[in-house]
Amino acid sequence: MKIINKKWGTLLLVFILIFTLTGCGGGSSTDTTDSTSSSDTGTGETETSQLGADAGEDAIEFDYWTFVDLHGKHFEKMLGLWNEANPDRQIKLNVTVMPYDDMHNKLLIAVQTGQGAPDISDIEVGRFPDFIAGAEVPLVDLTDAVAPYADKTVESRLDIYSKDGKIYGFPTHVGATVAFYNTEILEEAGIDYTEIVTWDDYKEAGIKLYAETGKYLGTADTSAGWQASILAAQQGVDLTDDEGNPMINSPELIRGMEMLVDLQENNVIATIPGGQPDTEEAKGEYNMGNYASALMPLWFMSRFTNEMTDLEGKIAIAPLPVFEEGQPRSLGLGGTGTVVTKTAKDIELATDFLTFAKISDEANIEIWNTLGFDPVNTDVWQMEDVTHNPDNEFVQYFQNNPFDVLNEIDGEIMLVKSTASSPSINNIWNTITTNEIFEDGRDVTEALNEAQELIEQDLQ
Amino acid sequence: MIKLKRFLHSQKYAPYIFILPFVIIFIIFWLFPLLNSFRMSFQDQMLGQEPIWIGFDNYKKLMNDTVFVKAVTNSVIYMAATLLLLIPFPMLFAVLLDSKYMKLREFFKSSFFVPALTSVVVAGTIFRLMFGEMEGSLMNTFLANFNLGPFKYLKDQTLSRIALLALACWRWTGVNMLYFLAGLNAIDKEYYEAAAIDGATAFQRFKNITVPLIKPTTVYVLTISIYAGLAMFTESLMLFNGNNSPKNIGLTIVGYLYRQGIEKNRLGYAATVGIFLLIVAMTINLTQLKLTGTFKKEGSK
Repeated sequence: MKIINKKWGTLLLVFILIFTLTGCGGGSSTDTTDSTSSSDTGTGETETSQLGADAGEDAIEFDYWTFVDLHGKHFEKMLGLWNEANPDRQIKLNVTVMPYDDMHNKLLIAVQTGQGAPDISDIEVGRFPDFIAGAEVPLVDLTDAVAPYADKTVESRLDIYSKDGKIYGFPTHVGATVAFYNTEILEEAGIDYTEIVTWDDYKEAGIKLYAETGKYLGTADTSAGWQASILAAQQGVDLTDDEGNPMINSPELIRGMEMLVDLQENNVIATIPGGQPDTEEAKGEYNMGNYASALMPLWFMSRFTNEMTDLEGKIAIAPLPVFEEGQPRSLGLGGTGTVVTKTAKDIELATDFLTFAKISDEANIEIWNTLGFDPVNTDVWQMEDVTHNPDNEFVQYFQNNPFDVLNEIDGEIMLVKSTASSPSINNIWNTITTNEIFEDGRDVTEALNEAQELIEQDLQ
Repeated sequence: MIKLKRFLHSQKYAPYIFILPFVIIFIIFWLFPLLNSFRMSFQDQMLGQEPIWIGFDNYKKLMNDTVFVKAVTNSVIYMAATLLLLIPFPMLFAVLLDSKYMKLREFFKSSFFVPALTSVVVAGTIFRLMFGEMEGSLMNTFLANFNLGPFKYLKDQTLSRIALLALACWRWTGVNMLYFLAGLNAIDKEYYEAAAIDGATAFQRFKNITVPLIKPTTVYVLTISIYAGLAMFTESLMLFNGNNSPKNIGLTIVGYLYRQGIEKNRLGYAATVGIFLLIVAMTINLTQLKLTGTFKKEGSK
């Protein structure tokens, strides 16, 4: 009898030990989510700051979450204007900046449980489908608020934040993709960037550059899917079919990726620390002048002025290379939709404020002035005094004016669909497929076929 | 009143009163969530939506999930490697520190222990930069002296495992060492004196006195290391700057649970992953405890 007691006692002890440890494990993982936010994971630390502190006692306090520090700067400006113009509808805005993954994960749980969500939040386009997935969308329908501006706004930028004809997010920018060239390096090798029209030209220039300087012309991205979207869009396809199902192994994409592998084999492009241009490590490499071009959306301009200050005056903007002349030379990539949650304190006020701060004419001008983004209101693109303002830091930094390029490619800016399968596609593409192709030298067709399978499996 | 007094003084019930706080906490925070996740593992559950009972579908899916197999492989290899590194070495260091010839004992003790006090987040970030793929990263600069590299540590399966283990060893050696030091203190010094008089060498004393007598500590460290190894998550999250590592080389079981439950809002499936982890950890630990004889009756051989 005693033996059994002892045995069961020990067994119980083991159980308790393991549960207590599970506790430690669980505890430390919640810690992690908190502490991740306080760590630097590329986008910055969790930081809350209050805007509009002088707004008076009757002001309503809104919480606003974002993953891009700069976006707060824009709201600071717009909030000042709003409070000046609306003395009876004063607002204070608590801006919380969190790392990308962290912010989206927390926000998703908060809106789904209806507890702890902010009144206003940014959601990146790649994660947006997660938020409008269910039958009950936890975000406020903004269609009526957008309506007065709809005809001036690039429609495709509203579509990516819509479901069943209802708009749930205010767009921030078009994100037209362009090529940023470091002319200092190119001149060293005697290359004129304006002559790069097709991918063949790009390859030729890259081979010459590598032979002369040992530097690479571009990057082979292993942690972002932008290059795939560019190559697909130029050939008239997307990463998803018309029904929104993944379409990763299309002949067009295989051709595109094989072209990139060819560029890599010829030392025209190379993988970059950090995996893609918009990372801390990669921006360091660019700043040191190790890579001569970045094929990135226009919002990458703000990264130059803020984080790659050594390159001031050396960067020129041009349309992307294409397979054959006549193909569309740009597409809108990335994007942030600003939403009002259904649990917001004052939905009407929040919606009115966001309409003013994100989509009004003033907002569109300020989005260019403060953030250096290409505004969704294309009327602004034509306003010479705004776009060519000599006091503007972006006008000063770059060799040519981005709007000259934008107006040249206007009408060629393609759309990347954001569908329910997009988060899975991004995940598999950025963690597995591109690494296999560019790091391990795996056959493109094989890798893309497997990616298609993995994504379908993941979506089940 | 008298009744209450009798109740409080009763030898039969008093012990239960004393352990009551623990039992309550155990039930509320461990038993209830455990049973709940067991139920959830049979459901298709998303936050904000009604759960649907789907029977064993989650388990069937789990068995065919290649990413999950990858996560389990990573966790098991990491656990096995930590056992090989984090038990013998801390034991050796503890014995050395315990020796009367050791100088600066307190200094070494605390410097070994300090890493455990730092935040994993900070440590992970520093290690990420140390093992960065830039030519100027610490490890690449160091290896360049031997004409090696540069390596892309965090994109390679083997190298990234080494980086993770380096982080684990740096962090946990001191903690395990303290466990062993405590165990050593409990050994009666007279055994060593008697053995020395009989002419036993230092190694013989270590093998025949220290190792057997420190066994309870070893078993304890083994048990927690098995679980900690299988449940590792934060280190990987910090080292790879997020839960998504290239080709999932840093994905662990808990990382997969986090991805499914928190990132994809598939709580039912995540619960299944959790139950799997519990079963694996319990099986390995019970087998291990059985083999090391912890269940045997005290005093019997």
